[in-house]
Amino acid sequence: MFDYLANPTRFRKITAALLPVVVMVSAIAFALGLYLAFFASPADYQQGETVRIMYIHVPAAWMAMLTYILMAVAAIFYLVWRHPLADIGARAMALPGAGFALITLLTGSFWGRPIWGTWWVWDARLTSMLILFFLYLGYMALADGFERAERGSKPACLLLLVGVINLPIIKFSVDWWNTLHQGSSVLRLDGPSIDPAMLKPLLVMALAMLSWFIAITILQMSRLIMQRRVSNLEARESWS
Amino acid sequence: MRDLSPKAKRGIALLMVVSALGLAVMLVLTALRDHVVFFYGPSDIRDQASQGQIVRLGGLVAENSVTTLADGIGFTITDGTSSMDVVYAGVLPDLFREGQGVVTEGVLDNDIFRANNVLAKHDETYMPAEVADMLKDQGVWKGQE
Repeated sequence: MFDYLANPTRFRKITAALLPVVVMVSAIAFALGLYLAFFASPADYQQGETVRIMYIHVPAAWMAMLTYILMAVAAIFYLVWRHPLADIGARAMALPGAGFALITLLTGSFWGRPIWGTWWVWDARLTSMLILFFLYLGYMALADGFERAERGSKPACLLLLVGVINLPIIKFSVDWWNTLHQGSSVLRLDGPSIDPAMLKPLLVMALAMLSWFIAITILQMSRLIMQRRVSNLEARESWS
Repeated sequence: MRDLSPKAKRGIALLMVVSALGLAVMLVLTALRDHVVFFYGPSDIRDQASQGQIVRLGGLVAENSVTTLADGIGFTITDGTSSMDVVYAGVLPDLFREGQGVVTEGVLDNDIFRANNVLAKHDETYMPAEVADMLKDQGVWKGQE
């Protein structure tokens, strides 16, 4: 199946059909999600209106972790099968992933100030999330740090795989150690501890971010494929 | 090994490197377990902290324990089995109340914890105010007041 999708021409055909769909889903889900999150959902019994930050914070955190998982899978495909499209996929997802991590950190900080009484603490959850952000930055620096882009692919993909160990640490940090950050409200064994009226805007926002991410990844990958063709042509030109 | 394709060799090498690194990180985190925790409960703090050392103490603010003292505010932090008295002079977070989870930072002074910072800990329950009121009316409320 991977070989089937890894053909760049086929890739372009499929994504050209997919792109308008995900853009549309994203636009609708963002409009609905933001309306639900900021106007049509109840205030929390303890946090009051501050709870609305969660509708950005939590989906962004999910996306930051999902993006990293997808990049790591792409890194395996690149390192083992050596397919350039997997490398391009990982590169395409890095900036959106870093963006999701940054949004998570910033919104968390804005939420922490009124609720906890501090912008930042070095507890296990916050620190491991900051490390995820740095992993994205490190990946981008390593992948783009060479004259010929392809030379950075292998070390950057290795960095991605080493960083995978951080993902279970982020997810389970709140269960394994005492942290200031609360435990999971949605993805937990005994069902969500979040009211359905608040879960709905959260899930719509997650769908909005996911579809936006797919659209951005398709566009980025198409751009990188073109870029690589241009530099290959230029290389051939200078040889002849 | 000789009969394997280059693909399979790369895959196996990768698997070995990543699992070795994963194991190493797991061992480090296990060894550092006592230091990765953000705070100690009242049961552990006497073993974990020496007098005068800056540490964090966390737990629930005991019911009917908040009092105004000459040098600030006093309250008791409990984890259900053990408890410790805390003295604090400073601004309290909005969520601070009896029954609320808090994390305080300060030093152990004999059997009193002198805090210089108090943070509120929020739990993972999200509920509209109306639902909370309704549960209280029906007498099935399990959270704090």
